[in-house]
Amino acid sequence: MAFDSLPLKLTELPGAVPAWQGLASAADLPDICQAVKNQGGRLAALWGTDEQDREQGYALHLALAKPEGMLWLRAALPAGELQYPDLSSIFYAAGRMQRAARDLLGIDADAADRRPWLRHAAWPDTEYPLRRNVAAATVFEKCTDDYRFVSVIGDGVHEIPVGPVHAGTIEPGHFRFSIVGEKVLRLEERLGYTHKGVDKRFRGMPFTEGAKLAGRISGDSTVAYAWAYCMALESIAAVAPPARALWLRALLLERERIANHLGDLGSLGNDGGLAFGLAQFTRLKEDVLRLNHRLFGHRYLMDRIVPGGVACDLDRSALDAIERECDALELEVRLLRDIYDDHSGLQDRFLTCGRLTPNTASKLGVIGLAGRASSQAWDLRAQAQPAPYNLLDTHMKTHKNGDVAARVILRFDEIFESLRLIRAVIERIAPGEIAAPLLSVAADKSGLGWVEGWRGESVVALESGADGRIRSCHAHDPSWQNWPALAFAVFNNIVPDFPLINKSFNLSYSGCDL
Amino acid sequence: MYQLLKQIATVGIKTEAPPQADEALRVVSQRLKREILGMFAGSLAIRHVDAGSCNGCELEIHMLNNPYYNIEGLGIKFVASPRHADLLLVTGPVSRNMELALKRTFDAMPAPKLVVAVGDCGCSGGIFGESYASCGRVGNVIAVDVAVPGCPPTPTALLQGILTAISSGRHGGA
Repeated sequence: MAFDSLPLKLTELPGAVPAWQGLASAADLPDICQAVKNQGGRLAALWGTDEQDREQGYALHLALAKPEGMLWLRAALPAGELQYPDLSSIFYAAGRMQRAARDLLGIDADAADRRPWLRHAAWPDTEYPLRRNVAAATVFEKCTDDYRFVSVIGDGVHEIPVGPVHAGTIEPGHFRFSIVGEKVLRLEERLGYTHKGVDKRFRGMPFTEGAKLAGRISGDSTVAYAWAYCMALESIAAVAPPARALWLRALLLERERIANHLGDLGSLGNDGGLAFGLAQFTRLKEDVLRLNHRLFGHRYLMDRIVPGGVACDLDRSALDAIERECDALELEVRLLRDIYDDHSGLQDRFLTCGRLTPNTASKLGVIGLAGRASSQAWDLRAQAQPAPYNLLDTHMKTHKNGDVAARVILRFDEIFESLRLIRAVIERIAPGEIAAPLLSVAADKSGLGWVEGWRGESVVALESGADGRIRSCHAHDPSWQNWPALAFAVFNNIVPDFPLINKSFNLSYSGCDL
Repeated sequence: MYQLLKQIATVGIKTEAPPQADEALRVVSQRLKREILGMFAGSLAIRHVDAGSCNGCELEIHMLNNPYYNIEGLGIKFVASPRHADLLLVTGPVSRNMELALKRTFDAMPAPKLVVAVGDCGCSGGIFGESYASCGRVGNVIAVDVAVPGCPPTPTALLQGILTAISSGRHGGA
């Protein structure tokens, strides 16, 4: 087992992915994290919960990942205790997650950077909205937002503030560039603008409603989140979805990947000065969305994955239509890839631009598509292989250059792999039920969901309450790990290349603002 | 270059006919004079603001630019600054962290101006509702002319909402 060398008593969580749960004292966390890191593991998520209704204090939760599985570690802080040791020197990505946990719950890592992250001006720093004694309808007095950016001082250095409202149709966030001439010396990101109080909203929600909310954490990854949520719930309920439902889930997830990759390839062409690419790829994406609408009833496949299975079935003619679409896409995307490859203007923009070296990516714990483009070999579909990926033999795609060009190549490669997987699903899918009933869900149980979405892994950690309601639910987006990497990738590039580099990562705001 | 040109010629023109305006989407009766709307209809500049959306609505707004809907072919374009905009297209429940930015964007637009709220969240707060972090629907923060429901609304529904906002409607005497 993946974590058995740790000095911990672990319980295996039932369900689709290899996952264990363990308890640790907060003081032991640095040693445990260091040991997991030494064994090639990484931090997948960090969050906090309020356990005062159980006559305990606050709890800090860590999800630690290895290729073979995930460990959900829970450190109960003694009643009245708010401090726990800083983990950001071991796992870089922990920094912002720790700041978010402080904003929401008041638990504090003893870290150097203690600026707020999710808290802007909607609540004062003496209030912690995720605490159980704060009623769901509470609205706080507005206060002043006095966030301090790191300033870069030197001859000719000046700042360009961008956002939260950006020039294009994208999500809101603030970027503070310190530049000299045209070159970026430092990019500081400030996010949290789309914070909607998702963790608080989940609390007490009926399980079925929770699946819908999970599907709206990041609209472009609705399949990945809904699946991760349902996987967590099915683990708690000890229910395995029928085989046909699992095949259909994989089909939906790969269609989501293809649609997003097509859109990104179009936008990347456009940002590189080739509007032809945008027109062609968005046309192909629209075709995929229209087929989604026709076969599944929703263009982005929202609410198609439900607890116990899926909410849609396909007949033979529908499967044939998908196969025909795969054949058409294969031809069209190959042709467009040749055009991109041969276009010297585009390649001039892509190559060496926004380079994230494998070494930096490894230190930052970068994952998902952006990670794989910098030699970080993490793809759940090929590693822990949640069903039905254990039957599919997914070929993980990686690249070592870590530049915009590598992230473009990876998207092309992954589209072809997804098309191959969809064909394999269609070949193997057999008649049967599409959902299993979740008869009763016991209270006070934990379940983990872990799905490789198009951007990277979506993690959902769910705890059941009484009466078919959620006790707590935390969803984690891979963008938490990857946003800091963007700041490294733009270093020493020119400001006008930022939109291109940013698009090549295409990270989520809503997914980690929550 | 040959392949590129060949591809353009092979694919041909995909643009479809736009939908008609839909009066049911109108929240308040038309405030602007017909002559002004006539001017907008020839060339409308839209500024989009994501005020806290899950990014689902943004995906469909992007799709308005694809060759099937070809929104620029109708004289409607997205602009980078509110100072150039006639219409504000707002998505999301308005997060409290975006409330000020949304108001400032609205204030920066020259009059006359229109606001279209997008999606179930923009219309009602949606699944996120109102909370310590969310102000709920767009109408709770700025005045809305037309609201387009849907999760997310299709490009056709979005286009219909935009066209409704710039049509003179029942009360405008059209």
